[in-house]
Amino acid sequence: MASLQVHDLTVRFGATAAVDRVSLDVPAGSITAVLGPSGCGKSTLLRTIAGLEPAAGGSVSCDGADLARVPTHRRGFALMFQDGQLFPHQSVGRNVGYPLRLRHASAAQVRARVEELLDLVGLSGYADRSPATLSGGERQRVALARSLAVEPKVLLLDEPLSALDRGLRERLAGDLHEILRRAGTTTLLVTHDHEEAFAVADRMAVMRAGRLVQVGDLAEVWAHPADPWTARFLGYAEVLEGSPAVVLRDLVDADAGWTRVALRRSALVVDPAGPLAATVLAARVTPEQVRLELDVDGLGRLAGVADPAYSARAGERVRIAVRTDRLAPLP
Amino acid sequence: MARPDHPLRAAGIAALAAVPLAVLVAFFLYPVGGMVARGFWPDGVFDPGGVLEVLGRDRVRRVLWFTVWTAGLATVLAVVLGVPVAYVLHRLRFRGQRLLRTLIVVPFVLPTVVVGVAFRQLIAPSGPLGALDLDGTPTAIVAALVFFNVSVVVRTVGAFWEGLDRRTEEAAGALGASPLRVFATVTAPALLPSIASAASVVFLFCSTSFGIVLTLGGLRYANVETEIYLLTTQELDLTAAAALSVLQVLVVTGLLVASHLTRAGAPALSRAAEAGRAPRRRDAAALLWTAGVVALLLLPLLTLFVSSLRAGDRWSLANYRALQGTGENNALIDTASNALARSFGTAFCASALALGLGVTVAFLVSRRPRTPRVRRIAATFDGIFMLPLGVSAVTLGFGFLITLDRPPLDLRSSALLVPIAQAMVALPLVVRTLAPVLTSIDPRQREAAASRGAGPARVLLAVDLPHVWRALAAAAGFAFAVSLGEFGATSFLARDDTPTLPVVIYQLIGHPGAANLGMATAASVVLAAATGAVMLVVERLRIGSVGAF
Repeated sequence: MASLQVHDLTVRFGATAAVDRVSLDVPAGSITAVLGPSGCGKSTLLRTIAGLEPAAGGSVSCDGADLARVPTHRRGFALMFQDGQLFPHQSVGRNVGYPLRLRHASAAQVRARVEELLDLVGLSGYADRSPATLSGGERQRVALARSLAVEPKVLLLDEPLSALDRGLRERLAGDLHEILRRAGTTTLLVTHDHEEAFAVADRMAVMRAGRLVQVGDLAEVWAHPADPWTARFLGYAEVLEGSPAVVLRDLVDADAGWTRVALRRSALVVDPAGPLAATVLAARVTPEQVRLELDVDGLGRLAGVADPAYSARAGERVRIAVRTDRLAPLP
Repeated sequence: MARPDHPLRAAGIAALAAVPLAVLVAFFLYPVGGMVARGFWPDGVFDPGGVLEVLGRDRVRRVLWFTVWTAGLATVLAVVLGVPVAYVLHRLRFRGQRLLRTLIVVPFVLPTVVVGVAFRQLIAPSGPLGALDLDGTPTAIVAALVFFNVSVVVRTVGAFWEGLDRRTEEAAGALGASPLRVFATVTAPALLPSIASAASVVFLFCSTSFGIVLTLGGLRYANVETEIYLLTTQELDLTAAAALSVLQVLVVTGLLVASHLTRAGAPALSRAAEAGRAPRRRDAAALLWTAGVVALLLLPLLTLFVSSLRAGDRWSLANYRALQGTGENNALIDTASNALARSFGTAFCASALALGLGVTVAFLVSRRPRTPRVRRIAATFDGIFMLPLGVSAVTLGFGFLITLDRPPLDLRSSALLVPIAQAMVALPLVVRTLAPVLTSIDPRQREAAASRGAGPARVLLAVDLPHVWRALAAAAGFAFAVSLGEFGATSFLARDDTPTLPVVIYQLIGHPGAANLGMATAASVVLAAATGAVMLVVERLRIGSVGAF
């Protein structure tokens, strides 16, 4: 278990800075997610930490030791991509045992450890299979087992679940969190999917156009997005500013000082006892809830929800309640 | 798009396939078959004993052994020299890379006689490597074969390497594998199919090389190809020549099947090729290696160029001026400049023909048949059109002479004979350039166009053409360059009073006189410049499959 420090790191491709003076601490044993849209430089950040891209400035260090002169293969990290990058010409067992053989472990040691690792990722008995015969999710598990084989100081994951379909992704995200916790491996994960970040990580850094805009514990980032862009990226449906924000503030907490607020879709819910009035513009039934488009008096057009039992039709007038735990005031 | 097993559609495809097939049968299988038959039926009576007797001859066994060991050695050397170059030219990115890629491919399209002349100048007692005393040795032949074929390795392996996902190597590196270890355990196994494919094609080219062995081997060293030439033209021993042809056809077919099988194991050429990265310090060895290989490739070309500018002991353009004439002691019947003009005309016709047929073949083999039976038929169809790649051009040329001299195909005196033969030689190269590009088009794009009401012709125009027009231009240029330098078949078919430039070069070096040799070097430079210029344009089109197999 080791900690990772990134200080003032800059990576350039020609004239553009793909990573622009980024500083980030990954405490030992933590799982930190770097969340950002595609092209924001998060993969470049990860590759630079792995030693695959040269830094134009700043430093990467591990447990306080600068890594500038340490080549990729001596850093003691492991790197895993969204499609695992298993070696197609080797069996599952040989793939997992690859880093062990690099370190000249005996055949018996390799066999025992491979079994143990495949057991950890829930694929006992798969050692003799060819990677080509596995499903996408199984391949990611094998790649994870291979990455954990020699207990890397830091595990680097590049969109590890993005290539999987939704159901599998959700299931594997939980498993991944559990496996990493049990192995106690310091992990840095980059992803564009906030749900993946929430399911796997316990710390989060939001990245935009080469810079980190917010770093903190999962719950803290979640509750207090740094700005409207971050709020939207974290899945908040709306950001209110100016007078609509003030109307809402006076309703929920008149003493608060904020003038901007981010709302989840479920922040506004149809409730006959609610303090707000709205006209339903459109309604769509989903298995969980009815998704509404509302024109809320004093607030404007906003998204909202209703219980499936409640039938709201377009054009109807309804009362709306505000769920304060689905609001995030912005500075 | 309509289901491929629809009867009408199947009939259309069969009709489309029939055209190139008919041409191939008439102008390739029939002449080659005629040549082979001439050996087995010496006097109209089937007599295979003569053929077997030939294969037992001492000289024939020496020729066979010489063919195998020179081709084998040249293949190994070409692979060893070429793989690091493939890495540098297709995996890295740096200024001047395009120029280097063009330079690398030029030797492959250089006319074999030009390569022969260049190496003769290089190793002649007065040449830069004269001290090594290589004149008339097998070493010179192997060196020229390597010179000629390094590009095949670089292009084939490079095109494949470009499509490999770099992250597999990066994952291995992060797991603790040193760069060397990554190469040995991850990269090399992935590259192996393309290396095997390149090696089998190079071996094929080396073992059927004609112009190089003829110009450098003299009378002492012969491979199967030059031996067939000698047996037919000098000794008129058609039985023996046919015996060697049969052997060659069998071996070539075997090699082509092997090459096809190795290619089947490789993924289709990726269009979304990885962007190369800037060279780093650890690439220094590969960069130096590449510089060395490029220098080795340039040496014969520069020697050729320099010696073309020497007349006697001084610098002069006399050799170039002499191209207007017929050489010392009238070595030629027609002037060299007329031969150059004729070469251009012939190559133009040949490449137009090869392109027309090649497009049809490539279009057909790039469909994705649904049933295994149709898939097998398609694979066989593909394979048949690769045959001209390896069947002796000499066999083809001589076959033309003995089979196309009577009705229904009496083309003996037709001006089309040479272009047709050259088109047959260029055809497989056109197919190999176009087919990977066509295969890489996502069939869903065609389906999307068809679902919006576009007929098959509209689909071709709207979907296929925008993807392939650059590949078409590249294939046309490639075919033109190859036809321009074709020597094996042309040397049989071109009439004495209407030779092409490669034939003229061969005639010039066969005649005594320093002026004739000087004129040959000048003509070689002109021919090399013409093919090089065409390839420069082709290279600008950036089609990875050109010269890759």
